[in-house]
Amino acid sequence: MDFAANLFSAGTLSQILVGLSRTTILFIVSSGMSLILGVLRIPNVAHGSLYMIGAFAAWSVIQFLGGGLFGFLAAMIVAPLIVAAVGFVLERGFFSYLYEREHLMLLLLTFSFALILGDLVKIVWGPEYRSITVPAFFQGSAEIFGLPLPWYNLFLLVIGPCIAVFLWLVINRTNLGKIARAAAVDGEMVGAVGINVGWIFAFTFVLGSFLAGLGGALIAPMVNISLGMDHSLIMETFLIVIIGGLGNMWGALLGSLIFGLTQSLGILVWPQFGIAFPYLAVVAVLVIRPRGLLSSTW
Amino acid sequence: MNRSAAPLLLLLLLAALLALPHVLPRFHTYIAAIVLLTALLATSLNLAIGYTGLYQFGHAVFYGVGAYGTALMLTRSGMPAPVAFLVGPLAAAALSLAMGLICIRLSKLYFGMLQISLGSLVWAVVYRWYSFTGGDDGIHGIPLPDAIASPKGSYYFTLSVTALCLFAMYRIVRSPFGKVIQGIRDNPVRAAAIGVDVRLHQLASLVIAGFFGGVAGSLFVVVESSVFPDMMFWTFSLEVLIMCLLGGMYTFFGPLVGASAIVLLRVFASVHTRYWGLILGTILTLVIIFLPDGVLGVFSRRPLKEDSDA
Repeated sequence: MDFAANLFSAGTLSQILVGLSRTTILFIVSSGMSLILGVLRIPNVAHGSLYMIGAFAAWSVIQFLGGGLFGFLAAMIVAPLIVAAVGFVLERGFFSYLYEREHLMLLLLTFSFALILGDLVKIVWGPEYRSITVPAFFQGSAEIFGLPLPWYNLFLLVIGPCIAVFLWLVINRTNLGKIARAAAVDGEMVGAVGINVGWIFAFTFVLGSFLAGLGGALIAPMVNISLGMDHSLIMETFLIVIIGGLGNMWGALLGSLIFGLTQSLGILVWPQFGIAFPYLAVVAVLVIRPRGLLSSTW
Repeated sequence: MNRSAAPLLLLLLLAALLALPHVLPRFHTYIAAIVLLTALLATSLNLAIGYTGLYQFGHAVFYGVGAYGTALMLTRSGMPAPVAFLVGPLAAAALSLAMGLICIRLSKLYFGMLQISLGSLVWAVVYRWYSFTGGDDGIHGIPLPDAIASPKGSYYFTLSVTALCLFAMYRIVRSPFGKVIQGIRDNPVRAAAIGVDVRLHQLASLVIAGFFGGVAGSLFVVVESSVFPDMMFWTFSLEVLIMCLLGGMYTFFGPLVGASAIVLLRVFASVHTRYWGLILGTILTLVIIFLPDGVLGVFSRRPLKEDSDA
């Protein structure tokens, strides 16, 4: 049987490892989406555009600083900050006036931003493909169980859990995180005890945007940076957030794992339509647990 | 709108539309046909979102499946054309039912998010399945029956089918069934309490919306004699939603107005600029901030709605 032979070949393990590094990116982006959805109740369609801007901004920073290790690491920090600034402008300039509106209107507003940002990226960076080479430090591969795994993928595998722990600490161990969770449940009450809810919302949106930008910057060396890279990602992010459970950080991690792994293994089993497997997994999850795997934390 | 004036206005509009291909050049007739079928598409979406209150975010998928169903039947099966024109919409309705069964259990916003992302799977499959759907090239040069192959023939066919479908949908929203789905939109809990099977009515409404969306897709095949995967891409789904919003979601004829405006604007814009997204995004932002009830919604009373609809 062809399928079975593919599935149990030596390539499977390396495919799993590749899938895991993809999971990292999905997790970083979807945790940002989940955060914004959980606190602000906005299904942010522009999240994918922020991710794309992150990738393009990383490219620009590297053009500016050179492709060495310093330039690369600087890009990984500066690009998300640029995206966070864009998020700040969007939140303060538009969303902060419109939280009372229906969710449908907010979703369409984020879609209009996705359209506008998409064209702005086209104007600023042009329609050509861009690419970033991994600095010498990350080139080559490590041997894991006798299989080569690129250092950069390994780097991503380390970054992912770090981000997860960092987010968990921010949300559960800082005052800001606690207030944000409270504001998600009852913003009016939080306002009544004298806390400026607007700025909590702004903080959440900026943090979510930062994560989108970080995801874009981190994936930049692995893909062609191009217009439209936001389009498929945003749908995957939606699904991850849905199966993970609203606003649940661990849910986003679990959802990303399911999505990343079924995708990479699916491609192994059936190259042309491997893309369908994550969707089937999602449908299976939702048939069993319509509200997502983990309960929402707030 | 003044009630006694409305039928007269419609008759005038119909007369103008009938005379149109004899007055305007060929390209304008083609645009008019696209406007008509897009208006049908937007109105069918409005059945689900405006009248039933379901966040149908992936409507373009049914449009695309309707078009592909018809196109594949016309090119690959030896069946007569009328069968092909029935298969497309029925396939769209069947998909609508299947997706509805999966999505309906989720609450409002999640329903929409799941639907749009499952819809993107349909797009991805069509996009990659070269041997069957033609992949990202789509299918071109679809053979049409002689009667509707000419520009005028396809225009009149589109006009009559659109008019028929709009009339059918108008009757549906005015029927007892239509009243029930509007009741569900306004208050699903209360509707359930008086013995309405909420899920069943929602599903029925989704299937009807999917069917008419599929009809619009079949008409696209007639007008364009080609199909391509981007007509079911998720951004187009939201664009159709914008048409509904722009025209007024809680009115029957609003989506017609919105669809005409967006299609004409797009044709106009494509001549002058490459940045359609920038234009549409700006318009949408302005509409959301200043005209949340849409153009026609300004003239009609908005139905009572619940405050929270998460």
